[in-house]
Amino acid sequence: MKVIICAGPPTTGKTTVLRQVTRRLIEAEFRPAYLKIDVLYAIEDQMFQKEFNIPSKKVYSGELCPDHCNVMVLRDAVEWAQKTSADFLLVETAGLCLRCSPYIEGGLGIVVLEATSGMNLPVKIGPMLTLADIAVVTKIDLISQAEREVFRSRIMKASAGIPICETNALCGIGIDALVKKIHASPDIGDSLVLRGNPPVGTCTVCVGKKEIGWQQHFGVVRPLENDIFYRGE
Amino acid sequence: MQIKEIKIFAGVGKNGQPDLVDEITFTMGDVISIVGPTGSGKTTLIDDIALFADCNTPTRRRVLINEAPAPEDFMNDPSQNPVAFITQHTNFLSDLPVNEFLETHADIRKRPDISSVVRETIEFANQLTGEPLNAENGMTELSGGQTRALLIADAVIISNSPVILLDEIENAGINRTKALELLKKYEKIFVFVTHDPRIALSSDFRIVMENGAVTKVLYPHDEELAVAEEIKKIDDLMLHFRRLIRSGERVTGGII
Repeated sequence: MKVIICAGPPTTGKTTVLRQVTRRLIEAEFRPAYLKIDVLYAIEDQMFQKEFNIPSKKVYSGELCPDHCNVMVLRDAVEWAQKTSADFLLVETAGLCLRCSPYIEGGLGIVVLEATSGMNLPVKIGPMLTLADIAVVTKIDLISQAEREVFRSRIMKASAGIPICETNALCGIGIDALVKKIHASPDIGDSLVLRGNPPVGTCTVCVGKKEIGWQQHFGVVRPLENDIFYRGE
Repeated sequence: MQIKEIKIFAGVGKNGQPDLVDEITFTMGDVISIVGPTGSGKTTLIDDIALFADCNTPTRRRVLINEAPAPEDFMNDPSQNPVAFITQHTNFLSDLPVNEFLETHADIRKRPDISSVVRETIEFANQLTGEPLNAENGMTELSGGQTRALLIADAVIISNSPVILLDEIENAGINRTKALELLKKYEKIFVFVTHDPRIALSSDFRIVMENGAVTKVLYPHDEELAVAEEIKKIDDLMLHFRRLIRSGERVTGGII
């Protein structure tokens, strides 16, 4: 089975891209399964179930950050998908703080960016882009060719050599290059390891401490004008 | 790749009725107009050209470049695409200032002497607009007319695209007479979707559309060329009045 992890900021068109991919996988007589990881609300699993009649599942990360949740649930999800005898597991996940990325070793990492999101986006989202195997640029029909070229070069600058697939995913134009890449990705092995480095230490904010100001926190902290340091025992 | 010609092979219109012209050829240097009522398929026809349709669009038309299907690079890498398409809806969304955006674009296109190319682009755009644009301004602060003018200038000068498709520039708030005059100095294929008699009659030929399909191709004959001169005079007169109204002056009689 191949594991395809699709990340990207909210409303960039991840679901639309994966629907086009799913349609093409089914046309080629493959059996994809779909997992959606979101924070509070998602109906995409029902959409995939209804439209394609494939095994679909969602998980709310709730109190956890979605990337943390991804690390926790992905092994179970791979087993679930294997049990349904799927040959592709498509995972759609909301990136949140942009510090981490959900991609795993041996699986294909797709980042979805919308062409309308501003020229600085590629440098803002860090490992979600730099650790991806392919960048999909959506909504290209809404901007000028000149801007498409500049946006593309900004992506290349942030992540040298990354293949870029530009698409108007609503009509499915340009999606074939992505599908080719998905077919060429390797099967997943027994060991599942996160591709990027998670953040340092345990975060007092993550465990629920609400007071503002580094003086109120311990562990790895940072004042406005200084680098990070360790505070506490 | 040097573009010598583009050929469009007939497809079908909205109800499946065929294009009545089997093959249309655009040769380098041609100015072509596409005419027809609203909803007659003019924009769909230039979409087919922009997509290098290969019987894979709803019209089933086929477009060949120099007698061959378009290379994959044209679609995969926009800087390899020889076609610049300026639609009625194209807008700038970039959060960059005009000059920084143009410099970046000229750099991507590997133009030598970036600052003079950028200057030329802004000068070109400013000849088409009422109010000159400020290169320090953000792209999103430009007016509709300035945006369209800059898109055309970028396509002609920075991208130096050999094929330029323009969708109803008469509605774009730019000086279309000036645009036509400036564009004709460049050796390119220009395709205008238009309702404007002056643009249509200044073209080498015009494609007539109805209900999604091509019905005929018309070349201006002697009588039309004579009428075109009269239309120019009427049009110049209208532009004269428009200029007066715009600049807050009184309109005076005795000219007509």
